Amino acid sequence: MSLLSVSDLRVDFNTRNGHTIAVNNIGFSVEKGQITAIIGESGSGKSVACYSLLGLLPQPPASIESGQALFEGQDLLQMSEAELRAIRGRDIAMIFQDPMTCLNPFMTIGDQLIEPLVYHKNLSKKDALARAKELLVEVGIRDPETTINNYPHEFSGGMRQRVMIAMALINEPKLLIADEPTTALDVTIQAQILKLIAELQTKRDIGVIFISHDLAVVADIADQIIVMEKGHLVERGNRETIFRDAQHPYTQKLLAAIPSNTKATSTKPPEPLVQVANLKTYFETPSQTVKAVDDVSFQINKGEILGLVGESGSGKSTIGRSILRLLSITDGTVTFAGTDVTALDKSGLKNMRRRMQMIFQDPYASLNPRMSVYDTLAEPLILHGLESRKTVEQAVLKLMDDVGLARAFIRKYPHEFSGGQRQRIAIGRALATKPDFIVADEPVSALDVTIQAQILDLMLDLGQQYGLTMLFVSHDLAVVRHIADRIIVLYHGKIVEEGSSEALFKNPQQSYTKTLLQSIPGQSLLAS
Amino acid sequence: MTDITLQAEKGTSLWEDAWRRLKKNRLALFGLGLLTSFVLVALLTPWIAPYAYDAQNLDLGATPPSSAHWLGTDIFGRDLLTQIMYGGRISLAVGFVATAVALLIGVTWGAIAGYVGGRVDAVMMRIVDILYALPFMIFIVLLMVVFGRNLLLLFLAIGAVEWLTMARIMRGQVQTLRKQEFVEAAISLGLGPATIIRRHLVPNALGPIIVYTTLTIPSVMLLEAFLSFLGLGVQPPETSWGLLISYGAETMEEYPWLLLFPGMALTLTLFALNFLGDGLRDALDVRRSAD
Repeated sequence: MSLLSVSDLRVDFNTRNGHTIAVNNIGFSVEKGQITAIIGESGSGKSVACYSLLGLLPQPPASIESGQALFEGQDLLQMSEAELRAIRGRDIAMIFQDPMTCLNPFMTIGDQLIEPLVYHKNLSKKDALARAKELLVEVGIRDPETTINNYPHEFSGGMRQRVMIAMALINEPKLLIADEPTTALDVTIQAQILKLIAELQTKRDIGVIFISHDLAVVADIADQIIVMEKGHLVERGNRETIFRDAQHPYTQKLLAAIPSNTKATSTKPPEPLVQVANLKTYFETPSQTVKAVDDVSFQINKGEILGLVGESGSGKSTIGRSILRLLSITDGTVTFAGTDVTALDKSGLKNMRRRMQMIFQDPYASLNPRMSVYDTLAEPLILHGLESRKTVEQAVLKLMDDVGLARAFIRKYPHEFSGGQRQRIAIGRALATKPDFIVADEPVSALDVTIQAQILDLMLDLGQQYGLTMLFVSHDLAVVRHIADRIIVLYHGKIVEEGSSEALFKNPQQSYTKTLLQSIPGQSLLAS
Repeated sequence: MTDITLQAEKGTSLWEDAWRRLKKNRLALFGLGLLTSFVLVALLTPWIAPYAYDAQNLDLGATPPSSAHWLGTDIFGRDLLTQIMYGGRISLAVGFVATAVALLIGVTWGAIAGYVGGRVDAVMMRIVDILYALPFMIFIVLLMVVFGRNLLLLFLAIGAVEWLTMARIMRGQVQTLRKQEFVEAAISLGLGPATIIRRHLVPNALGPIIVYTTLTIPSVMLLEAFLSFLGLGVQPPETSWGLLISYGAETMEEYPWLLLFPGMALTLTLFALNFLGDGLRDALDVRRSAD
């Protein structure tokens, strides 16, 4: 008998804006000792399906129209809230995407860990603490004697996710549901967490449901893969079948979206546009000086896309912002087309900013929520006197065409768009002034894989069309490989390795670069 | 220059959109209608008031509402409806003008302090702290002694006190907003600080400001009543709602209508303001719109 067997599950949403079927008659089963991956874009219903099983969806607006979910022979969907509460956290546990928002910032890790033990199992506080320490060791946290008294903010993102996993495992659940547990993490940390989940699963012989938008992430660990699109289950199979022999066009599209090819190196003679010499950007905090960028020199050639790769805290975003003078630098020079950017006065800087633009990571934060598409795109055009009031509307429409936004959306506000569309608006804004140089700071890391591929292609196209030079900052090597001509690897504010994309991927010189490359998920299956 | 063209060219601006949404909110429209009629009555009072504001009839004394005096008369036999109409002129003027003064200074001050930050912020906010600590009454008495008693000064004095809280709220809002990427995006487009504050920060901070404004107007009206009661504001035979209420409160056991009707005028204004304020906040929040 399966650990969990779901059949005929349908979940509807009734909101003011209408009626939607979020999950449309799907069925699947999860076996003990196996990892089942549910894959799909945002809005495909993959999380809704799992949350509805545990009674975690607010009803209304959600309503479970039909279905059966047998967990060890009992139907979860027929249970009362009290019965479900007894099962949640004890027999079925969850891990979420953002560990910081799921941990109480005012409670120590230890107190949070033992809470379910004391609540579900009536253990004494002393026994519970001993158990919690064992678990922290099991999830790879060193020195549990001291860390158990730490608060969440004292851990890094990866460590917090380990704590979350420990918390989920503390009552020895039979089924673990992991909802995008690695999406917020760096690629090397992601590899570690994936390995940890797979290990724990084997060791404890439990069932795991792994929800993700990224097929590559689950390529190494999933036993069974379920693909969902717009509430429908479109394909299911074991890992090899899905990767080698996907039947449904949507699965094929997901597979194709995983960036894998290396960009061909251009043969044009290099002509430097941006030169960075001995750049140092330090941040002073009361207790210490953080050397975010520590003596970095490089150049970006005209028409080139330079990838800047590193983990969080490597200083990659700081370099981008330092070049654009969004941060004040400590020492060094940045030369743009022969002009020293660091020495510009106010009006010189305004002029320079027309030629250097930025695309930000989070399309939900980088657009003013109270400005429509028209306002957002018209602002730079009018500010720099590029269009008159008569022609500006035409120019805005032209920009919208270029970035692939329907003209009908011109009066809409950011919240009415999806993440990918928002990023298109942000790209349009950056292109409005017809700049020569663009800093793109993780422009696709907040997006689903399929959308990522679209945005990357759009950026490549527009780069050609507008004759752009680009600094592409990312933690994701697979993405950078797809778009960049040359790559610089950063570690702790210093350049570790530099080279053409092809050379760097085929033959990395430094051990850190090798570690980064090995951390890219799903290589074994994708390479073949 | 550039901004003027932007405003003109907008087509549907934030405010037009907000108005369209506000029109769908019945309660807010009701509030707006009520306020407008109060203001109209206040403006037209000299022509439509049933009696002269200082016309006494000592023989009559305090009488309950009748056909000659719809809302009754006070102990001097003055028509209460007339009193309320004239009082509304002063109360509404104090409420709106003083609040507008507070709004203008407070929002500008707070936005600049919050956006610039660092030492400028420290100095600006210490000034606010010092003014907070200053005994308000002494401040007003001083003003009255130096400049003599007049209504305009009263407006300014109240406004000069009320802007402090407004500045603090605005600064807090701007401090969170300025760390958002869209502000960084605006800087990288080459926008100057003044434009960023006006176009990107203030519109996003309007929600709490509007709510606070609708709370400030009635509190300003009561403050005026308090000052008048102490002899620092309006003096009889001129009157205001605040004064009428405080006189009414003294005699409420014998002549309850003297408290009831001015009280109702103030309460209705307060309700109307709250409905309108809530409606405005929702209408200005583009995320709430379904269309």
